[in-house]
Amino acid sequence: MSSDVVKAAPKPDEVTLTLDGMEVTAPKGELLIRTAERYGIEIPRFCDHPLLEPAGACRQCLVEVEGQRKPVASCTQTVADGMVVRTQLSSPVAEKAQAGIMEMLLINHPLDCPMCDKGGECPLQNQAMSTGRADSRFVEQKREYPKPINLSAQVLLDRERCVLCQRCTRFSDEIAGDNFIDMMDRSADEQIGTVDTAGFGGAAGEPFNSYFSGNTVQICPVGALTGVQYRFRSRPFDLVSSPSVCEHCSAGCAQRTDHRRGKVMRRLAGDDAAVNEEWNCDKGRWGFQYATATDRLTTPLVRDARTGALREASWPEALRVAAEGLRAARAGVSTEDGVRSGVGVLTGGRLTVEDAFAYAKLARAVLGTNDIDFRARPIGVSGEEAQFLASTVVGAVDVTYSDVESAPAVVLVALEPEDECPILFLRLRKARRRKGLAVTAVAPFATRGLVKLGASLLATAPGEEAATLADAEELRAALGRPGAILLVGERLAQVRGGLSAAVRLAEQTGCKLAWVPRRAGDRGAVDAGCLPNLLPGARPVTDALARDEIATAWGLPPEAIPATPGRDTDGILVAAAAGQLSALIVAGVDIDDLADPALARQALSTVDFLVSLEVRGSAVTEQADVVLPVATVAEKDGTFLNWEGRLRTFTTVLASSAMTDARVLDALASEMGVEIGCRDVAGIRRELRGLSRTAAQRAVPPALGPGVSAVATAALEGASAGVVRAVLDTWPELIDAGRLLDGDDVLRRTARPPVVRLSKQTAVALGDVADGDPVRVASDRGSITLPAAITEMPDGVVWLPTNSPGAPLRRTLGVTSGAVVTVGREVAA
Amino acid sequence: MRPELLAKLTPVLTRRWIEPDAWRIDTYERLDGYRALRKALAAHPDELIALIKESGLRGRGGAGFPTGMKWGFIPQNDNKPHYLVVNADEGEPGTCKDLPLMTHDPHALIEGVIIASYAIRAAQAFIYVRGEAVNAARRLRNAVAEAYAAGYLGKNILGKSFSLDVVVHSGAGAYICGEETALLDSLEGFRGQPRLRPPFPATHGLYACPTVVNNVGTIASVPPIVLAGAAWWKSMGTEKSSGPMIYSLSGRIVNPGQYECTMGITLRELIELAGGMQPGHELSFWTPGGSSTPLLTADHIDVPLDFEGVAAAGSILGTTALQIFSQRDDPVYATYRWLKFYEHESCGKCTPCREGNNWMVRTYQRILSGQGTHEDLDTLLDTCDNIVGRAFCGLGDGAAAPVMSSMKFFKQDYLDYIEGRTPPRLSDKLLVGAH
Repeated sequence: MSSDVVKAAPKPDEVTLTLDGMEVTAPKGELLIRTAERYGIEIPRFCDHPLLEPAGACRQCLVEVEGQRKPVASCTQTVADGMVVRTQLSSPVAEKAQAGIMEMLLINHPLDCPMCDKGGECPLQNQAMSTGRADSRFVEQKREYPKPINLSAQVLLDRERCVLCQRCTRFSDEIAGDNFIDMMDRSADEQIGTVDTAGFGGAAGEPFNSYFSGNTVQICPVGALTGVQYRFRSRPFDLVSSPSVCEHCSAGCAQRTDHRRGKVMRRLAGDDAAVNEEWNCDKGRWGFQYATATDRLTTPLVRDARTGALREASWPEALRVAAEGLRAARAGVSTEDGVRSGVGVLTGGRLTVEDAFAYAKLARAVLGTNDIDFRARPIGVSGEEAQFLASTVVGAVDVTYSDVESAPAVVLVALEPEDECPILFLRLRKARRRKGLAVTAVAPFATRGLVKLGASLLATAPGEEAATLADAEELRAALGRPGAILLVGERLAQVRGGLSAAVRLAEQTGCKLAWVPRRAGDRGAVDAGCLPNLLPGARPVTDALARDEIATAWGLPPEAIPATPGRDTDGILVAAAAGQLSALIVAGVDIDDLADPALARQALSTVDFLVSLEVRGSAVTEQADVVLPVATVAEKDGTFLNWEGRLRTFTTVLASSAMTDARVLDALASEMGVEIGCRDVAGIRRELRGLSRTAAQRAVPPALGPGVSAVATAALEGASAGVVRAVLDTWPELIDAGRLLDGDDVLRRTARPPVVRLSKQTAVALGDVADGDPVRVASDRGSITLPAAITEMPDGVVWLPTNSPGAPLRRTLGVTSGAVVTVGREVAA
Repeated sequence: MRPELLAKLTPVLTRRWIEPDAWRIDTYERLDGYRALRKALAAHPDELIALIKESGLRGRGGAGFPTGMKWGFIPQNDNKPHYLVVNADEGEPGTCKDLPLMTHDPHALIEGVIIASYAIRAAQAFIYVRGEAVNAARRLRNAVAEAYAAGYLGKNILGKSFSLDVVVHSGAGAYICGEETALLDSLEGFRGQPRLRPPFPATHGLYACPTVVNNVGTIASVPPIVLAGAAWWKSMGTEKSSGPMIYSLSGRIVNPGQYECTMGITLRELIELAGGMQPGHELSFWTPGGSSTPLLTADHIDVPLDFEGVAAAGSILGTTALQIFSQRDDPVYATYRWLKFYEHESCGKCTPCREGNNWMVRTYQRILSGQGTHEDLDTLLDTCDNIVGRAFCGLGDGAAAPVMSSMKFFKQDYLDYIEGRTPPRLSDKLLVGAH
């Protein structure tokens, strides 16, 4: 280096200070503790957390600042130009102050590290070694508490280990917005208390139900907070930590999966400032035991011709049987009713991009059909959503978490973010708290999540969302602000004209528009072409150029890909049930998630041949002719595309002989005489990259007018028998009876208690139903009875969760949002 | 009594206390009450702030911060509501000046509140009264009602455009709520724990709006200054500690009570005013400003009791609460009792105050029950060193003050316990579990 190095001129938003004798620069407003960290000086700390507001409570991070009479807490002190700071490295005062605090933190700490889960990864343990004294001068008896106490079914608190840093209480207040814990008592008796013992917040004994409580366990700097699932299971130094991506919702959280001897022991939120920061939800943290459930499939199964039952089979046999069945179905099967032919492919929403691509390719290149759809949920009847996905969603990366954070206004339609994309909820809440984001929601009532967002509600009955989007001046005003964002949930597909109105509103106001689906694989499936109207890489099926590009890439004859869009999920099921389809390939679909589970069951039993690719036994595998077991996320490489359109690539955590869907399909295609080149993810990714540019015309957005809402047909009058007709609204809550939560009853116990929500007037029409009274919601198929919750919402509307334990709405009632149901007061027998 | 000594008595705030029915509005009005208000409302608010600056009035809550300067920190034309909050959470052991003032002369405080609110452009004022002070709060509420009825509070006070509402709020009896930011949190309905500063209350106080927090004595000093002028005020006291001061005398003297004297009077003079030491008692040690100020001894009897004089002697003027102990009193036990108070009142937020005070209390219990060691004394002093200046707020410093000062002046008394010359004062049953 030359001797006349020119010193960089300080930037206007930077300050220069002296840190342990070094001249350093820092952005204005930075906390000293972070500046020190950037320059490799680790100041011990407990209460400090970069995502929480400064507290200055533990006093562990004291440093000496020239000109200050007392040592200064570096976690609360911001940098200033010319400041001269000495940390424990160069200041005896700071070193002594830190050692003094550490001794005091330890006098009442039990030092039970050998039996504490945190031992080995404990900031208190580590910093006691780096900063503390070798022995204690404290000879009195230590503070004792009964241990542990439940903060929830899942989170346990050992109070005597607690150093009262307030990280957990600040998290619950600042980040989650669930004040389920707070400080109680004072002086040496100060402790963390729960809603039950403290009696603050809600009614005494109100059940705890934060979706984010697991984060308190992760940020606890001592072993005071532990999760039931991991408590006493492992030592940190026995674990192997692998980076991973959460498979639950479309948030795309970075995770860390800790495993030992081929078994996942726990999952933690990973650090990704752009996506989940350092948080995750309890479902992502604890919902992984389904993968080791007793019904996990490990070998292929084929239906025995003689007994009619499934039996274990070798891979070659299973693939041969599957290939034969599919080949026959493709060619056409003669039945009494004539010839039926064709294979439909239902892929669910839980596949990786690579796996989804293999299905898309198999359908077109091997089965010669566009009858493929990933949407295992009600999708409306108009084909509007498929068109919307093709025109507006596929390939888009318009809206990111940071856009949400810096937006002046966000409008939510048919999207309950806390239930359907919890990390998006946290980001919205952060924007609300820090930057005053104005959230407006088009929803039937102010959910707890919306209340925590301070959202203004445009109370809208199900079916009327399109009209609200078209007419509401508030929305126009909010979205007209530069940077405003319109977020639509997947449920808007169920409302005729809803997505069309959203597109129109975005065009009119110039706001950004993003689609937030519910499952991790949904968005990837759109881009991979698991839709009847879309080929991989944003290519409309109806576009000849698009078909040509694909046919060329795959070495197919130009006319090999059907030019007309295939049938969607409902169309495939109707056709199959009506005997118009010969075979189905079903992957990762829970029948009870579909709009009409009864129709789906009929379809499965009607088709000539059913192939199921599954992780665990299910209603589909029970009916299948061939069952091909596939790998779980922990056992494979893959990529999820989150709602932003951001690639979330992950690698194998657990070595396993299980194969990905793509590899199984590759073998199946090979058995049918076609090579689809989906043996490994690297090859698929290469192929996807090659397909990323298209000359095809993008689809035009849908432009349907609003449908007729059923609310007009709801009748509160003349309800003399205590029965009214009401319009149903529903969505799945985050923690519910979903199959990915199987195996963790403790986590399930943190679910919100299922209720039927109805307005005061509706309740009166039912004969003065009060909160908690059993209310029966019935269709012509069946009924569900749940306690009433009187809620401020449109009259003649009734809401209940889609899939609460004991109340599977679609299976029981066979209807979904927008349908008219009868609501009655349950009379005790 | 010597006339030159009597001349040092300067009853300004206390002058109405012994009147019959002193707390009634008609008594107050008869004795110059609400005259200052009329004068103040005729002036521009900035003139009032300048007047208070000119008078050199310093806060009577213990820290002695210049009041006019504090008022001057309030940003103007910021389109935010401003608040005046009166800190009437008097709870320091030994301190007893605000509660008698509110009990006997509540209108003096209310008039001060109105003038101060006018000066800082506040339309809402709060008086945060210590929870246990039921009688004072009742008198104060009555007086507020009288003031509303007389048109001194409410809309368009005295026909001017200035309006003010006053709320008397009783705390729940936490000493920490006398710390101004903990007081604000408590007033807002939260757990009373000190807030991080900056931002300071002057810009982000009550409900994150500009707020002045003043002690009762400070605010009650405003009407006399408005009425008689800054020069008159400065004719009392010393150059840097102007005005009269209420000295609360308690302990081994003949006539305990409140003595309002010119600032800078000495303990010797105060004891004489109080009728001397009780028979058979000789001055041994005393606190100049409540138990959180380092104690002084008979050697300091001629220290001038103003902010500078006491600081020079190594202590703090604080709230001018003089607790006077004699040779019959045990400095070790007295310190233990003070420490118990601070340990009990520590809010628990920060480590040194929460853990350190508890540890020291238990060490004292061991020493006082005859099981102390010489190492305990070193540990106590080192613990104090680890608390002072390391705690989140001043409570920790206050707790350590009597420990350090008593050990400085009375180490022999400690050694007498440790070495068995003084019989144990506490039962060792307190020590169950110690090892």
